[in-house]
Amino acid sequence: MSQKAIAGVTVDVTEEGYLTDPSQWTKEIAVEIAKEEGLELTEQHFAILNYLREKQKKSETLTIRLVGHSGIVDIKGFYGLFPGAPMKKAAKVAGIPKPASCV
Amino acid sequence: MKKLLILGAGTGGTIMANKMRKILAREEWEITIVDQLKTHYYQPGFLFIPFGMYTHADVVKPKTSFLPLGVNIIFAEIEKINAPENHVILNDGVSLKYDFLIIATGTRTVPEETPGMKGPSWHKNIFDFYTIEGALALANFFKTWQGGELVLNIAEIPIKCPVAPLEFVMFADAFFVERGLRKKVNITYVTPMSGAFTKPRASKMLGNLLEDKNIRIVPDFYLEKVDSERKVIVSYDEREIPYDCLVTVPVHKGDPLIGRSGLGDDMNFAKAHKHTLQSDLFPNIFVIGDAGNFPTSKAGSVVHFQADVLTENLLCAIENRPFTASFDGHANCYIETGFGKGALIDFNYDTEPLPGFFPFPGIGPFGLLKESRTNHYGKLMFRWIYWHILLKGKEMPIDSKMTMAGKKM
Repeated sequence: MSQKAIAGVTVDVTEEGYLTDPSQWTKEIAVEIAKEEGLELTEQHFAILNYLREKQKKSETLTIRLVGHSGIVDIKGFYGLFPGAPMKKAAKVAGIPKPASCV
Repeated sequence: MKKLLILGAGTGGTIMANKMRKILAREEWEITIVDQLKTHYYQPGFLFIPFGMYTHADVVKPKTSFLPLGVNIIFAEIEKINAPENHVILNDGVSLKYDFLIIATGTRTVPEETPGMKGPSWHKNIFDFYTIEGALALANFFKTWQGGELVLNIAEIPIKCPVAPLEFVMFADAFFVERGLRKKVNITYVTPMSGAFTKPRASKMLGNLLEDKNIRIVPDFYLEKVDSERKVIVSYDEREIPYDCLVTVPVHKGDPLIGRSGLGDDMNFAKAHKHTLQSDLFPNIFVIGDAGNFPTSKAGSVVHFQADVLTENLLCAIENRPFTASFDGHANCYIETGFGKGALIDFNYDTEPLPGFFPFPGIGPFGLLKESRTNHYGKLMFRWIYWHILLKGKEMPIDSKMTMAGKKM
């Protein structure tokens, strides 16, 4: 674990740049991390980020399919907003841990 | 009479029926278990069927053989759990009241979730091996197949036994080498995860193994549909992978009953506390194994370890005491790597698989996170242990809590 200054605030991050404490997250931080990922955030991006943060708070398992059922976008739309690896990118920008999609 | 009701007579339900019948006084407690099917399948054995190593007879036994005297057994489909009123309705209208309920309804594969998967090519050149029907159909197909693109695809996570698809491709490698066909068979492992396995050290070890065996890995591939006419699988970001034989691990969901009863998440996995195993919604309902939304492997070893915790916590609940047991996510998996060798991994919610020895520190006999012949025999022996010791809830020399003893950081 290390610290990093994002949008003028010092936050705790993992080696891969995921925030370790979701409560340190702000919209400004999201915008900065998104820039590093080559993304320009829209309202729809933020709707997904808030949705994921809420689900993460309730310790629900975060999956691409879950986002597809969110009513915000379908899975194709999610890929459109966060191209490549949408869950990993969205979690990073949302300031929540990398989804342990696994085992 | 007080009533304990168990839904599902698979691994978890059967172990719990055995354990609780020993503990709860017969004059005070009636135990009833409900399942829709009379046959108990040894699911870890399905993996061996396509390669002719096991037959149908090796993996089936009647469920009643494993349930103790003094437990009522009902074979019926379940319509609904009416949790606010503490009763379960069967589909013939019979209502079963309970004081405590254990949900052990497992998970099932749902190929219908993926467009194009369960069409005219299903069990012709598209197979699953997570069902007995699929495993047998694939065994038949492999008998005469002359080679081509063999693609193993995982449609979605979570799945039962996350290492089984890896074992499948390694078995396939050995199988086609032994038949002198390996040069004509390209094996590709296509996964929505970012590597062979998600936990870093195991992923590296297993990834290297696949590479050594000339098995190609395609990571971060999230399946959208199967085009069975063009024989390609297509991801949501529009990548295509051609196949001649597609072996799929379809989307897994919990029993629809859980959804109908309002006890599950959007995949019908019952919502429960990952340490106490108590339902998030009703204090007299507990969940074990694949049926739950626990963030650990859906595997028999997990069920076995959870059973110890559930037994203790259920007694706490019955006697109105605070919970004294906590499940740590412990999983322990043999991984067949082909050519008579195997590997073994041991991990929990917080600790990834590490190298070392198991179960006795420094001695083994099993080596963690490496290939050996002993590990392979461990897996073969396990079928006997499963039928004779594990299902009956007898003691095994492995602690339900994971230990760091014998492991190297």
